[in-house]
Amino acid sequence: MQDSKSVGIVIPQYVQIDKPLQLKSGLSLDSYHLVYETYGQLNAARSNAVLICHALSGTHHVAGVYAENEKSIGWWDNMVGPGKPIDTNRLFVIGVNNLGGCHGSTGPASLDPHTGKHYGASFPVVTVEDWVETQAQLAEHLGIEQFAAVVGGSLGGMQAMQWTLDYPEKVRHALVIAAAPKLTAQNIAFNDVARQAIMTDQEFYGGNFYAYDTLPRRGLRLARMLGHITYLSDDSMAAKFGRSLRNGELSFGFDVEFEIESYLRYQGDKFADLFDANSYLLMTKALDYFDPAGSYDGDLNLAFRVAKANFLVISFTSDWRFSPERSREIVKALLKNELNVSYAEITSSHGHDSFLMTTSCYHQLMRAYMDNISI
Amino acid sequence: MTDTIAPSTIALRPDFAAIAEWIDPGAKILDLGCGDGSLLRYLRDTRNVFGYGVEINDDNLLSCFRNGINVIHNDLEAGLSSFASDSFDYVILSQTLQAVRNTEGIIQEMLRVGKEGIISFPNFGHWKNRVQVISGRMPVSETLPYNWYDTPNIHLCTLGDFEALCQQCNARILERSVMNNHYRPVNFLPNLRGMLAFYRFESRD
Repeated sequence: MQDSKSVGIVIPQYVQIDKPLQLKSGLSLDSYHLVYETYGQLNAARSNAVLICHALSGTHHVAGVYAENEKSIGWWDNMVGPGKPIDTNRLFVIGVNNLGGCHGSTGPASLDPHTGKHYGASFPVVTVEDWVETQAQLAEHLGIEQFAAVVGGSLGGMQAMQWTLDYPEKVRHALVIAAAPKLTAQNIAFNDVARQAIMTDQEFYGGNFYAYDTLPRRGLRLARMLGHITYLSDDSMAAKFGRSLRNGELSFGFDVEFEIESYLRYQGDKFADLFDANSYLLMTKALDYFDPAGSYDGDLNLAFRVAKANFLVISFTSDWRFSPERSREIVKALLKNELNVSYAEITSSHGHDSFLMTTSCYHQLMRAYMDNISI
Repeated sequence: MTDTIAPSTIALRPDFAAIAEWIDPGAKILDLGCGDGSLLRYLRDTRNVFGYGVEINDDNLLSCFRNGINVIHNDLEAGLSSFASDSFDYVILSQTLQAVRNTEGIIQEMLRVGKEGIISFPNFGHWKNRVQVISGRMPVSETLPYNWYDTPNIHLCTLGDFEALCQQCNARILERSVMNNHYRPVNFLPNLRGMLAFYRFESRD
């Protein structure tokens, strides 16, 4: 086992981008800012940069901790760091909060320079393509002409794919983990129930709750509880909670009784205090809209015709939200285009959340793949 | 890409060289049951091929990654539905045929996906195996190193058996080569003296 440790204390950085952003929706933003973090050193040839794209509730804080809070460990700290599979001794790794998010990049909770008020409901709907464009602006700001790799799980994997389509020359490797070429009707349905939970909360005020100094906490909490169920597997929930009761006996009432209820409510409450409801709506819409084959009559082979990157596609056996079958659709299209691609289906019981876990086989494969990327 | 296989290891695999002889430089290859990927790597380095391996075992998958070859995690028994028809110059099944459950199915799939198929397998008709069977025991040899109760090899065959199956699967044999237990070519009494058999074939259709 190689010696691996944390990247240590990290400090977020900001970039203000004044080049207008033309959005897929037809709307545009005159300017915006992005918050990002970097780990490791950019080499002299600027050839060792790796972009990490985050999923629905992720952030720019991928690895390390903040000085004032030792519990603030990055969301993919087990993957990114010195001696870790994405090794910051060799690679210059970038995490960025997506536009429309709520962790520092311009989003619905930011002030609209035109009105001096929170964007709220007026913040434009952003797509995966729009995010790739903003990330390309960040790359330019950092002087990176080509990424050694763009890496992402779930919605992050969709961004990694989109990079290879929009900027084929700027990505040498794309690591697409627990992703899908587009959402199924069932997936969109889950997202819409989550959105309905938020939008029907009386505290939502049509997205302008900031003006009322309140939060649609109940709606966001329900949305998160629903989402969380779909990120786990039946088996992992059974193993972790089973039918365990908090007080050891039935109380014949409607308070929290089963451990799973307690867990979900806790997760929901925690999330409702940290996440912006409008950002949640935007992120789920970006998921729903992602469909690179859409412009090609549903033909994913044609969509990938422009891609040049080398691909690693990974799925997890118990992931029913983004199942292995969906990853195999991606692989099939890459094979059809004679691109370099490897595919691994990892045996894991953790459902969609598997991509965040330290399953040994998964991390070994990630390490082996990353180590072979020449810089 | 980093080098992890020493050239000496390759020199010990004359069966790789036998397959490489049949491969046109720059060809597109699919290697079924590619193991640790060393054959594909060898073909890439000596024949400049482009290709993919197919492998089910996790440890082998990791070795393929370390060898820097493309590998698709897939169960051969489930077919090759990820691969389009006629999309490869050669589909190789190197010393794996004897462990495949759906033997006919995999040969049909090789004929569908590749312009040509290449199969190598240990010849059960080799005299050493015959001697052991006559003496009353199941054979254990260099190419069949397992005991009967723990072998993954469920479909052993002789040269004659394989050729009959090709006939049945509508495969036209284009070339055959046979090696003895010293990896030397065998031309006389191949079904008796041959330890490893290699066939190159195409669809009759």
